[in-house]
Amino acid sequence: MTTLTPESLRTTSTPHQKSHLIRAEWTKLRTVRSTWWTLSAMVLVTLGVASIAGASVSHSWTTFNVIQRATFDPTGISLKGLLFSQLIIGVLGVLVMSAEYGTGTIRSTLAATPQRTRVLIAKAGVVGALSLVVGEVLSFGAFFLGQSLLRSPAPHAQLSQPHVLQAVVGGGVVIGLLGLFALGIATLIRHSAGAITTYVGILLVVPIILQTLPSSFSQPILKFMPFHISDVMTSTVTVGQGSSLSPWVGAGVLALYAFGTLAVGGYLLRRRDA
Amino acid sequence: MIHVRELTKHYRETVAVHDLSFDVPPGVVTGFLGPNGSGKSTTMRMIMGLDRPDEGSVTINGRAYVALDHPLREVGALLEAKAIHPGRSARHHLQYLAETNGISRQRVDEVLDLVGLTEVASRRVGKFSLGMGQRLGIAAALLGDPGVLLFDEPINGLDPEGILWVRNLLRGLAAEGRSVFVSSHLMSEMALTADRLVVIGRGALISEGTLDEFIADTAGTYVKVRGPQLAEIERVLHAAGATVVPDGEGALTVRGWEASAIGDLVMSKQLALHELSPQTASLEEAFMTLTRDSVEYHGRTTDVPVTTGK
Repeated sequence: MTTLTPESLRTTSTPHQKSHLIRAEWTKLRTVRSTWWTLSAMVLVTLGVASIAGASVSHSWTTFNVIQRATFDPTGISLKGLLFSQLIIGVLGVLVMSAEYGTGTIRSTLAATPQRTRVLIAKAGVVGALSLVVGEVLSFGAFFLGQSLLRSPAPHAQLSQPHVLQAVVGGGVVIGLLGLFALGIATLIRHSAGAITTYVGILLVVPIILQTLPSSFSQPILKFMPFHISDVMTSTVTVGQGSSLSPWVGAGVLALYAFGTLAVGGYLLRRRDA
Repeated sequence: MIHVRELTKHYRETVAVHDLSFDVPPGVVTGFLGPNGSGKSTTMRMIMGLDRPDEGSVTINGRAYVALDHPLREVGALLEAKAIHPGRSARHHLQYLAETNGISRQRVDEVLDLVGLTEVASRRVGKFSLGMGQRLGIAAALLGDPGVLLFDEPINGLDPEGILWVRNLLRGLAAEGRSVFVSSHLMSEMALTADRLVVIGRGALISEGTLDEFIADTAGTYVKVRGPQLAEIERVLHAAGATVVPDGEGALTVRGWEASAIGDLVMSKQLALHELSPQTASLEEAFMTLTRDSVEYHGRTTDVPVTTGK
């Protein structure tokens, strides 16, 4: 039998460094296939939509009427595919937490790090950073791809034009914050199916239900819905006739969604049995 | 060293663990024995800080689990088979655990080698057999070279060779001075592995002590002796060096002597014997007697009509 008291254990370490936990969470995230599937799906859909939108607008520009031409937003149309990525990043954010409960890994994780708040902070750090980076890469990628496919006479945008850079950066910020929001929901709900349903419900289903209600009732609520905020944040023209939040207020509201659910989730994580 | 003190845990209306106190000292294997559903796993989860006790406390080396800076270096646990993401490889599972506690990658390879999983370390855990999953769980427990080790039903799903391996591993770990705490619902297994026993039923302590004490108290071979002058027989046997205990039902329980020797001795003192019968109780029987009142789910083996081929 191999010796049980090895030299290799005497490694450098001060009590529970944050970098250890961050690295461990990154190891967890990158060593399951679902991470790479979801990221691949995001790339495919976001760039795919940008290409299709660019090509089809170029093709049908001559049929656009005056109003359509006046309100055409070449930036926004390239970033439309991010809406799908917002759903997919939710799956990734949810699975980071719910898969631990589904597989029982949470018990290994919390046995290794009984300070549960630190575990959640490390997860949020990794999920937030990954979603933000991927979101920005996709947003810029979609923008440049989309613009390169928009042919004259259809106009195309440049980053130096008003609000364009803000919209493209905003597209990535939305993905980053929604990844965290999904993580927060999964920390509350702990089941993959339930958490994903809740997330998709808030993003997609609630706005649809709201739109069936009288607009005097639905408009004040609708402007706080994530999809609507992301629409505002990724456009260079005004969306929704002035009843919307400004892009940066919208970003703040999304951050409240994310950090609010994470805070409540963290509180419950500390209190509940694993 | 684990100190469990007055631990109580309810799940809604159900009492999972009630006022449980015991110690797990270093240098020996302490068996944690109880029927299924008696609260063994709940107790282990409370030791690990995973479940919060309603009352009472657990300390490991004098500190609460949540106060440990690098818990894997002080406590290793096999809590349940396959508490592992099936899509992750064995090496990656151990790697992330090692990273949380600042343990080197070299150690990951060492424990993989120790449990014999080196060749399948890159394979996804979902493809593992139950036994391989148990080995990986044991590797995770040993990762931080901890002084305290908990194993929840470690031999579940293992083949005979694996069972022998676990048995030797547990004994080896204890021999190195570690505190080893291992749960089982099989008395026969504990008899081979444990030095001390903590027996619980319905979440409450039934017995705590050395295995030898447990055997002496509850099991083994003895001779039942009955006669009209019972007190006199007891005195004679006792004087001759036998262990004699009245069983409270008008007979004596005599240990350490063969029935023939007892009979000869009693006859030589001109005392009458009405019964002289050797009795054998296996440890398993003793355990079942002890926990009979605390088994949650009884199966029936009698009174069930059996169709034979006739």
